[in-house]
This record gives sequence, structure tokens and C-alpha cells, in this order.
Amino acid sequence: MIAILIRDLRLGLRSGGGFGLGLAFFLIVVVLVPFGVGPQSALLAKIAPGILWVGALLACLLSLDRIFALDFEDGSLDLLATAPVPLEGVVAMKALAHWLTTGLPLTIAAPFLGVLLNMPDQGFGWLVLTLAIGTPALSFIGTFGAALTVGLKRGGLLLSLLVLPLYVPTLIFGAEALRRGAEGMAANTPLLMLAGITAGVVALLPFVAAATIRINLR
Amino acid sequence: MDMNVSNLACARGGIVILEGVSFTLSAGQILILRGPNGIGKTTMLRTLAGLQPAVEGDVSLSLDHLTYGAHADGLKSTLTVTENLNFWAKVYGVSDITPALSAFNLHDLKDRLAHNLSAGQKRRLGLARLLVTGRKIWALDEPTVSLDVASVQLFADAVHAHCAAGGAALIATHIDLGLKADVLDLGPFKAKPRDLGGFDEAFE
Repeated sequence: MIAILIRDLRLGLRSGGGFGLGLAFFLIVVVLVPFGVGPQSALLAKIAPGILWVGALLACLLSLDRIFALDFEDGSLDLLATAPVPLEGVVAMKALAHWLTTGLPLTIAAPFLGVLLNMPDQGFGWLVLTLAIGTPALSFIGTFGAALTVGLKRGGLLLSLLVLPLYVPTLIFGAEALRRGAEGMAANTPLLMLAGITAGVVALLPFVAAATIRINLR
Repeated sequence: MDMNVSNLACARGGIVILEGVSFTLSAGQILILRGPNGIGKTTMLRTLAGLQPAVEGDVSLSLDHLTYGAHADGLKSTLTVTENLNFWAKVYGVSDITPALSAFNLHDLKDRLAHNLSAGQKRRLGLARLLVTGRKIWALDEPTVSLDVASVQLFADAVHAHCAAGGAALIATHIDLGLKADVLDLGPFKAKPRDLGGFDEAFE
């Protein structure tokens, strides 16, 4: 299973991989918002948590359809499904690889972009913390969505429509925890909810996604 | 180590296309599947590989002994030949890919990106994957597509060596591979139209 993780990371980092796509999109969104809103630093500081979270979420969404579609097209998914590795493990490793090439770079880049949005000082720690806890859920839910749409030609639109509603709880609790943290209020409750969603999703969805792929490959 | 298939029926797209297929594949044996386009050669191989459930019938052997070689080679174009093979070797727990490189004459190409290989070279790399699986039974779907005469000979040699070592091969093909093989014609097993139970199939 480590071999699958290494292969996916390598594919993601080489030319044509998904690495950098999400990051560049995130950068563009966050850089453009201050231009759109205008020079009102108080307003920017107020909307910063929401913008950063929505930007991160959309950036995650961008590279989702690559998770299984490429493997399906070149036949590797059939071969992986008949390999002596549980398909659940394959799915989990692919989701982890997606997080390492998308969620993790976003988490690391977010504080630098927070400066552009005039984030209050005490918010930076919360920004990294909420993204680090929340983005794995985005990758795992997205992998499930990608499993549902594998084999569909141009399934990207359907994938986005299926996955976006499932992203809403993570967005609500993630942005809320960040907002409260940045304003110096107690943020434990939304943070725990966020962590709970991630833990549940990481534990359950690989099984669901693997079952979905088995049906889709028939 | 024999594989007994009895009374197998398989379906594609909810329509049963093959029924009553029975054969035995024993160690050292090569079985060629023949039949017109659409008779269900690929469907049967996918069923045997466990990618889709059989409608009825039994396969005696556990899936751990079989490896499936599909139409597509499952290569990653941005990985080199060695990286592609090493990946499958690791997945199957095999450490040495040199025999596979030699058997399909890939040594000179081993640092090339799969993207830069010709169709025949890609096919050879796809077939070399079989040697790193360490599985006893090869179920191959049109393995010689886009291979030249010399490469077909390499493939035939690899199959003979595999069978001499106690393996077996089930090959769907239209051309004569020059193999000492038994032939199974799927034509007589074409299924009569039948109802699979309508929408229930989607929830099975």
C-alpha cells in the first residue's frame, strides 16, 4: 500500500499531475478578493476566515476528478482491483495522496495569504489548525465522489454537484472555528465538530468508495 | 492447482451472453479462447478475474492464483519503464524485476518514460507486468495486439516458460501464436435470451 502512495505522489508531482493546480487556484482567489472588496481592512479582516475556507474548499475540488479517472482510462484501476491489495486500502492511499498534494500545501500556504486579507494576529494559529483538521475530510469525501463518477465521461460536473453538499458541514464548522479563534472567542465546540466529521469520514468512506468502485467496474 | 470452471454464465450490461461454460485448466496447460467478436471472451475473463460476479456457475480456484491482463496495459505515462514495473512488483510482493525486463527485451528502454514508448513497446511492458505478479494462472485478453513478429515470439517463449514452471495460461486471441495449446471455442455457449429480473440487478 505504501507503493501505491508513493506512486500517486510521484504522479502528482510530475508534469500533468494535480500538484500546484489547487495551490495556484487558492492563491488566485485570495489575491483577487482584496482587489474586489477594495481598501477596507476592517471588512477584509471580518471576511478573511470565510474567504480562506471557501478558497481552500474550491481548490480541493479542482483536482478531485483526477483521482480515479486517469487510472480508469489507462486500465490500472482494473489491475489494482485484481491486485492482492484490498481496494479499501487503495482508496485510502489515493485519498491520502490527494491530501498530501492538495490539502497539506494549502494548509502551509494559508498563513501567508492570510496576511493579504488582514487576518488578526491570533487567527494564524487557528487558520493552520482548522485547515489541517478539516482538509483531510475534503480529500476523503472527494475520493468517494470520484469513486461514484468513475467511468463517466466528463463526470466532473456531476462530481462537483455530488460533493459540494457533502462539503458544507466541514465548511461551516471549519470557518466558524476559525472566525471564533480569530476574534478571540472560545472555538472548542466547532473545532471538535470539525475533528469529528474528519474522523468519521476517514474511517468510513474508504469502505463505501471501494464498494462503489467494485460496482462501477462491472 | 487445477482450475475447474463449471456451468459458468456471465452477463454484460445486464444481458446474459454466455452460459454453460465448463472447462478445466491444469498446471502447464495453455487454453486459447476463440469465438467471434462480442461472444463474451472479455466478459468471461473479467468474471474469472473477479471484476464482475458470475450469473451462475462455479470457479474452483481462489482469485489469489490468477492475474488478469486486460486490453489496456495500465501504464502510467509519466513514469519510466522501471518505475512502472517496480510499482507492480511491490504491489505483488516481488523484489526482482530483471527477469521480466529480459523476457520482453526491455533493458535498453528501462529509463524511458512510458509516454515515449511505441504501442508495441508499451504492450511488451504491459506483458512484462505478468512476470512480476508471481501468479500461477495468466488470464490474458488479446495479448498480442500491436506486437511485431519477434515480440510475439518473445511472448510465446514467456508463456511456454511460465507453463513449464507449473503455471497455466488462458488466452483470448484471434491470431495463431504458435503455441502448443488447447482451444476452447465459445461459440456453442452463446446464451439464449433470458430475463435477469429487471431493476433488481442494479441493487445486487
